[in-house]
Amino acid sequence: MSAAPAAGDALAATVIAGSSGEWEVVVGLEVHCELSTATKLFCGCPNLFGAEPNTHVCPVCLGLPGSLPVLNEGAVERAMRIGAALSCTVRPSTFHRKNYFYPDMPKDYQVTQYDEPINVGGHVELVDGTIVGIVRAHLEEDTGKTTHLGGRGRIHEADYSLVDYNRAGVPLVEIVSAPDIRSAEQARAYVGELRAILVATGASDGRMEEGSLRVDANVSVRRAGSAELGTRCEVKNLNSLRSLGRAIDFEAARQVELVESGGTVVQETRHWDEELGSTSSMRSKEEAFDYRYFQEPDLVPLVPSEEWVSAVAASIGLLPAARRHRLAEAVATDRVPAPIDQVATAVDLGLDELVVAAIGLGADRRLALARAANEAAQRPEDARALDPAAFAGLVGLEASGKLSATQAKTVLAELLAGGGDPAEIAGRLGFKALDDDAVDTLVAEVIAAHPDEWQRYVGGDDKVLQFLLGLVMRETKGRANGKVVAAAFAARRG
Amino acid sequence: MSAADGNSPALALSARVRTGELSARRAAEEALQAIAASDPLLHCFNAVMADAALAAADAVDRRVAAGEDPGPLAGVPVALKDNLCTRGVPTTCSSRILEGWRPPYDATVVSRIAAAGGIAVGKTNLDEFAMGSSTENSAFGPTRNPWDLDRVPGGSSGGSAAAVAAGLVPLALGSDTGGSIRQPAALCGVVGVKPTYGLVSRYGLVAFASSLDQIGPFATNVGDAALLLEAIAGHDPADSTSIPLDPPRLVASLDHGVEGLRVGVIADFLTDASPSCADAVRRAAEALESAGASIGEVAIPELLHGLSAYYLIAPAEASSNLARYDGVRYGLRVDGPDVEAMNARTRAAGFGAEVKRRIMLGTYVLSAGYYEAYYGQAQRVRTVIVRAFATAYERFDVLLAPTSPSVAFHLGDKTGDPLQMYLSDLFTIPSNLAGHPAMSVPFALGEEAMPVGVQVLAPALAEETMFRTAAVLEAAADERARGPVRPAAPSGARG
Repeated sequence: MSAAPAAGDALAATVIAGSSGEWEVVVGLEVHCELSTATKLFCGCPNLFGAEPNTHVCPVCLGLPGSLPVLNEGAVERAMRIGAALSCTVRPSTFHRKNYFYPDMPKDYQVTQYDEPINVGGHVELVDGTIVGIVRAHLEEDTGKTTHLGGRGRIHEADYSLVDYNRAGVPLVEIVSAPDIRSAEQARAYVGELRAILVATGASDGRMEEGSLRVDANVSVRRAGSAELGTRCEVKNLNSLRSLGRAIDFEAARQVELVESGGTVVQETRHWDEELGSTSSMRSKEEAFDYRYFQEPDLVPLVPSEEWVSAVAASIGLLPAARRHRLAEAVATDRVPAPIDQVATAVDLGLDELVVAAIGLGADRRLALARAANEAAQRPEDARALDPAAFAGLVGLEASGKLSATQAKTVLAELLAGGGDPAEIAGRLGFKALDDDAVDTLVAEVIAAHPDEWQRYVGGDDKVLQFLLGLVMRETKGRANGKVVAAAFAARRG
Repeated sequence: MSAADGNSPALALSARVRTGELSARRAAEEALQAIAASDPLLHCFNAVMADAALAAADAVDRRVAAGEDPGPLAGVPVALKDNLCTRGVPTTCSSRILEGWRPPYDATVVSRIAAAGGIAVGKTNLDEFAMGSSTENSAFGPTRNPWDLDRVPGGSSGGSAAAVAAGLVPLALGSDTGGSIRQPAALCGVVGVKPTYGLVSRYGLVAFASSLDQIGPFATNVGDAALLLEAIAGHDPADSTSIPLDPPRLVASLDHGVEGLRVGVIADFLTDASPSCADAVRRAAEALESAGASIGEVAIPELLHGLSAYYLIAPAEASSNLARYDGVRYGLRVDGPDVEAMNARTRAAGFGAEVKRRIMLGTYVLSAGYYEAYYGQAQRVRTVIVRAFATAYERFDVLLAPTSPSVAFHLGDKTGDPLQMYLSDLFTIPSNLAGHPAMSVPFALGEEAMPVGVQVLAPALAEETMFRTAAVLEAAADERARGPVRPAAPSGARG
């Protein structure tokens, strides 16, 4: 159904070939992100994951009669950081009550932002350069957590339910994207990018497995080339990036099949079943709750001063997209662009500073990036602490042929484990590139032992060179420099 | 006004306790005895906190013995409306739905009374969740008016008003959402104050309508009311709507008079009040004029729309505030086959008719498609009322009005007609909508020798001026109109 995009290309839009023509998938995502504050949004209870149930609770987050909320300044500050990082306008805002009955909601209403959210109108740039619009990013409180026992884990079939209110009142920012996403792949890339931004700003730990990042997908389809939006369905219960991708693909295909067989998509909320790999209706628009929003009278309007807004914006360091641009610029040459996947990996792991610094010290650009994104990436924490000069020295030894690739990787592993001087480590390990005569002797031996392969190579089959080269490398236990060996073979071919 | 003034029993009692002349324990025992003797007739109290009161009194006495000052309320018994949270003591809101619930914390006002040396002696009856004007909507039966046991004490803080009027306690706290302190104060012949919204912390007050609710004092006289308000007012970081100011100084300037004060009589209200209630306002104005104030009439017809706006806004907020009583966490639970049925059965069994009526009203006016026409419109009316007051206060420092349209009515007279009951709050509601202070002072005897209160209204945070005005009115008032009174046998003659 969807072709995997080639590395480095823009992520392709999914086109579904239906019986009546081609269809395009349109996705908008609502991402709920738990903020990494010390305490909850409206009380002083600890904001901690994984504690004994109902131990981090007080009259306020239990919604006991007479209790009142007091807004957590740290949560507001983090929401503003998110706003600044998503290029939103940070504005004066108000809180509303969203009223509905549910046992995990202590007050039977959720305090959230409605028509006046704190952040509006931003965007996120994905690794491939795609821009996804951000409609709003607003503050709200989390609910408790219900475990339904018996039945299939859903409230109506359960024998009984247990409620843990530790999570009730934990601060959330809900980030609502524009319907700018065109494939499951892009949706995953968007969430990945958002996660990187949230972690980079320190607003959230971004742990999807602990539920600190939760995603709902609004999915619709339309005829390829159409500018109008189709009727959307909101898909819930997406617990991983894998679920997100699968659910979007399933839901889009379901809608196409439905419309092509003469049906119409109805606006509804659908539940993703990971085991069955399908969505099913939770409630239709007609059954949708009437939330009876009205302004929360227990809180006053939130009006951050301009000084505060600017101070928060200024406190945000370079964000992933900007860091990718900076790294790609440092690596690229006039003729060759930077490898986008390596750039993304290096930035994700926070190794871009190291690479940029090493290049600044004269290290070979592509090699520095490759060693960072491939080998150093295995131990990102050590790599972030690596001395750029030592790293640049190592890259220099390899680039000049003094170390083979294999030797360079071994030295790098030592560097990461304990630091030191790369030349010294190479010496201690007995790494010294073989001299040209020794290489030439080995090359002659390999040619004599494998006449058929040699003839194919002489006949122009360059692919066989890798095989021959590998034999030399095996013989030298990786001490030979691959480039030098290849040159020796080429010289003998004439 | 001095502490030795026999007309300010709380001030006098506190002074005697602080000098060691009277033990706090003795004062507490006397209050408990008075409650035990009269409450079977009156039903002011849902719960009496005898042990806790005596323990608190002993603690005050120990401080006095140690040479410390236990505070301005030293040893003064105080009754608390039963919608104020008291740690470990049942807080019922006179509703079945909170059956068995004991709050794990004290309301801020309860802590402040204790910190000032006051002794909480019990929890007083109210209309369920403070919804009503007669205290007949209590799940535990009505409170009776000590002036005439066949009559209502007003509401919703009827238990607190009657307890002070009957002399069971010198001080009590109530809450006022649309008149729930001032109207029962007027009907029981005591002083009742609704402070500026945000002057007194709402933390621990079980919410009815959050944007209108405000806690305030009851006393037999203006000086004692000022004393209690000073003790409970002031910023509380636990309430986001609490004004970040120190408590006002009221007692010190009570006798400063009204010379030069500009007093406006709200003309629009006089025609809707009973002859004695309207006449009391006119005579109150004359008394202020004799004391040096200038008097004028002011028409503020916008205020008459307050009642309609109130009965949209208050139920809307209530429908949300009362959602939490769902049987899941505390209070009553009536089991059902699934969680929705349990919620519905619990609420059907736990709430009384008036509470259900207002939850339904509030749910309706917030519904999609109706919000703008009802709730939105009511909010606009609220803004109109705020502006109308602002215009009036350009010409006047305080305003004068009847507190209630009539003297205390008979039990059962209005229970069949909610709209008639709602009209009891016609003159008190605008101050809640505007967030302004207002208080009722007993001034005269009206129809059938029942007390009549006069209401003093003031702009936000003008409590000091309001209390000064009230003190002058008190001095000019008919002494017979003022509690405490001995609970009287039914008058017999009805209507």
